[in-house]
Amino acid sequence: MLEVSGLTVEYAATTKAGGESPVRAVDDVSFDVAAGEFVAIVGESGCGKSTLLFAVAQLLSPPAAITAGSVTFRGQDLVAMTDRRLAAIRWEKLSVVMQSAMNALNPVMSVGAQFADALRAHGMSSRKAIAARSAEVLRLVGIDAVHLKSFPHQLSGGMRQRAMIAMALLFTPDLVIMDEPTSALDVVAQRSLMTQIKELQREIGFAVIFVTHDMSLVSHYSDRLMVMYAGQVAEAGPTRRIFDNPLHPYSRGLLEAFPGIRGAKVPLQGIPGAPPDLSVIPNGCRFAPRCPAKMPECETTAPALLDRDGVDVRCLLYAPASAKTVPADNGPGEKPRERAQ
Amino acid sequence: MTGRFWRALARSPKATAGAILLVAFIVLALFPGLFAHDSPTAEAYARNLGPSGAHLFGTTGLGQDVFAQAVYGTRQVLEIAFGAGLASTVIAALIGVAAAYLGGFWDGALSLFTDVVLVIPLFPLLIVIAAYVHNSGTLVLIAVLTLTGWSYTARQLRSQALSLRNRDFLAAARVRGERAAYIIAVEILPTMSSLLVAAFLTNALYDVLFASSLQFIGLGDPNSVAWGTMLYWAQNNEALQTGYYLQAIVPGAAIALLGAAFALLNYAFDEVGNPALRPVRARRRSWLGAARRIRRLAGA
Amino acid sequence: MTEPHSVTELLRADHLTRHFSIGGTLARGTLHAVDDVSFSIGEREIVALAGESGSGKSTVARLLARVYKPTSGTVAFEGRPLSAFRSRRDALRYSGQVPMVFQDPFSSLNPVFRVSHGVLRALKLHRPGLSADERRAEAARVFDVVGLGAGMLGRYPHELSGGQRQRVGFAQALATKPRLILADEPVSMLDTSIRIGLLNLMAKLRDEEGVSILYITHDIAGARYVADRLIVMYAGQVAESGPIEDVLAAPRHPYTQLLLSAVPDPKAPPPSLEALAAASGERGEPPKVIDPKPGCRFMPRCPVSIDMCGQVTPELKVLGPGEAACHVAQTGAEVKAFS
Repeated sequence: MLEVSGLTVEYAATTKAGGESPVRAVDDVSFDVAAGEFVAIVGESGCGKSTLLFAVAQLLSPPAAITAGSVTFRGQDLVAMTDRRLAAIRWEKLSVVMQSAMNALNPVMSVGAQFADALRAHGMSSRKAIAARSAEVLRLVGIDAVHLKSFPHQLSGGMRQRAMIAMALLFTPDLVIMDEPTSALDVVAQRSLMTQIKELQREIGFAVIFVTHDMSLVSHYSDRLMVMYAGQVAEAGPTRRIFDNPLHPYSRGLLEAFPGIRGAKVPLQGIPGAPPDLSVIPNGCRFAPRCPAKMPECETTAPALLDRDGVDVRCLLYAPASAKTVPADNGPGEKPRERAQ
Repeated sequence: MTGRFWRALARSPKATAGAILLVAFIVLALFPGLFAHDSPTAEAYARNLGPSGAHLFGTTGLGQDVFAQAVYGTRQVLEIAFGAGLASTVIAALIGVAAAYLGGFWDGALSLFTDVVLVIPLFPLLIVIAAYVHNSGTLVLIAVLTLTGWSYTARQLRSQALSLRNRDFLAAARVRGERAAYIIAVEILPTMSSLLVAAFLTNALYDVLFASSLQFIGLGDPNSVAWGTMLYWAQNNEALQTGYYLQAIVPGAAIALLGAAFALLNYAFDEVGNPALRPVRARRRSWLGAARRIRRLAGA
Repeated sequence: MTEPHSVTELLRADHLTRHFSIGGTLARGTLHAVDDVSFSIGEREIVALAGESGSGKSTVARLLARVYKPTSGTVAFEGRPLSAFRSRRDALRYSGQVPMVFQDPFSSLNPVFRVSHGVLRALKLHRPGLSADERRAEAARVFDVVGLGAGMLGRYPHELSGGQRQRVGFAQALATKPRLILADEPVSMLDTSIRIGLLNLMAKLRDEEGVSILYITHDIAGARYVADRLIVMYAGQVAESGPIEDVLAAPRHPYTQLLLSAVPDPKAPPPSLEALAAASGERGEPPKVIDPKPGCRFMPRCPVSIDMCGQVTPELKVLGPGEAACHVAQTGAEVKAFS
């Protein structure tokens, strides 16, 4: 239903010297989402996942721009579409849930008023119909309809996020894009929200793209998982397979950075260092400076995304032995600086 | 921090224009003799002359050289703008930010005081004070403008400081054991620096206008060399009605230009303070591109 | 793993209570943010204070940091009650011994100054005997201890990542040679993959610098990784406390069980649809405790409550190696509320 192919997003930035050097926040990312699927995109801050999300939803504003690739939604290319046609698709077929409800909901309008706003913008005019639909979506997410009169600050954090999701479901879209919707919530509210989303998915049948930095959160809920690093896809495939056997050293490091509640207590290391500065694209693998399994060729050869039996992985460990290739030409680069994280 | 300011200036063409204008006026004020060869006060020439090679803007009704008056008058107006502008901004910052940070009783007391001063009608008050202290010199004008001008800015800065009050680094300073005076002066005010500069520029602009207005209605020293006084004499001389336009236009334009300089400079600091206002600078636009776009819009 | 050992008591809170009056002229009420909370923190130990938002844990931290005064109850540090502090010198000395690290790395450092600013100010205020050179040397030392390195002293906050900024927060706390650091959710706003680095730092501070830490969090797994003891708060009261391994292995209070069941364990097999459906029924929210009646505050969400729970507020009583405030648990019956 959604096909992202070769998507590249660049920020036009000026260097200190005054020249122009675009920062590639998203570099040649491709993935598909089938109807009803739950796809999780995981990565640290700065890996480009939020930018990718905005690009897919066509919400980028200058200086960020899509410089390559396509986003095909139900057969139509979103990148080439005019604003008017996009507006028709937005919210009716494709909706977005932002990271912080307090930032996305208007603090001076009641929840019901904001729902009515959205409904009217897409053509619903009868007051009765608006009230009925608003109450219905609130019921879907488990909020009493009396809260239509409430203002956002009167609701608890968990309820606010649910209200955001209700708003996203007003027109029963085919695809809901969520940018870290649980980051401000406690662990009990988080689990409640995740199970709610899963239930709604089963009931209504929409697909979900879920962006987060917390891998354990999506471990039980997502069908497929995409791990991003420094703007590129590091590993992608069915969730359980990646959790049971992570191929990319970065995925492995991410999984191991979680202390367990049960079982033996072991000292953990996390992943030392910090993500690279994207204005200076290094030669070779972007993860090499922090990689525990680094080989000499990792610093000179940029690995391509390879298919390992259903799981895509971008790592020289899995390159065919004969591929001692010429160093890829990534343009001028320096060795990335080492920093404590 | 200063690096940020220069860069902000350089990035905004409006602010750069304003800066150049202001610098030009400052140079005129500092070295008037380099530009005007006549004395501004000497009534040495024939009256009401039009512009000529000898008198760039003609002469006044008393035979003074208009150009020389304009140039020498720059100094006083800049003294007032910077003096009163700075003083009122400093007072407004201390009172407004202290009210926001201290909260509670002190906020109530300081805000009440600010509001009382604010509500007093400004211009009539200026007139009363200036009339009372007749033949007032620059210093009196500065004092009067400061005392009446700080309250509006204080309210502005107070609301801006209120929004900054909950930042964790202020709580960290308090928990660290810092005194309130230190926190206000060292931790809060520097983070508001672009807001303070913007407030100063606004105050300076209004002080130029108010000072000139006071002088225009005759409450300044009629023998001083100042743009507002030039307007006063031009009015007395019925310059506009009798066709000696330059006597009025020159000081008026000077006031407008100086005000514009401050206003343009303010654009840079609006953008520094609020990144949402920064214009989108995509690729460098060329004249060629603009022409192409116009043609496309026109349907060619 | 630390063995249970008898610790010298550093800080003790007794029946700590803090109420706020809220509401406008028509609907005044009293918010019971913290009600009758008692606990102690010993030397060289990390005590985790866990609970959802609204549980009162941040208010407890602020009470200990003397940002608020308690409505009733006492806090004693090294035997001396905080209310006895009269002079500015006393208050200053306490804030040097018990500094606080804040939650939000993006607003905890003043953006106008270099990151060394807070450390140098702390040194100037709390260790006045040092010369300027000695202060700079000490700043370099604490930056080394927290893993940043002296080279970072000259940087500005916007040049640092979230994790690095939190380390600066710890450096600021360390500069005053503290006995106890109040860490208010120091890793909640960081990516999960870099939390480990900071948790390791906290353990290092306990082991090498001999500092105790009150680690406020809602992340139980992280708490288990570093803490020696755990205090679970709910709706302003202590629900359960004790050595962390014991509490996690055999939680007695139903709320602790709920918290543990909600922690996602990526290595466990995914729950079945039935288990998910059962879990999704738990949609309760922690109550806003305004003018509460007596009785257990967890009762509306508790599947094993008995009649007494609605009438008598449970008190914290010793149960096994720890304490729990639950009528059902105190009867000696085994509580299995949430799996």
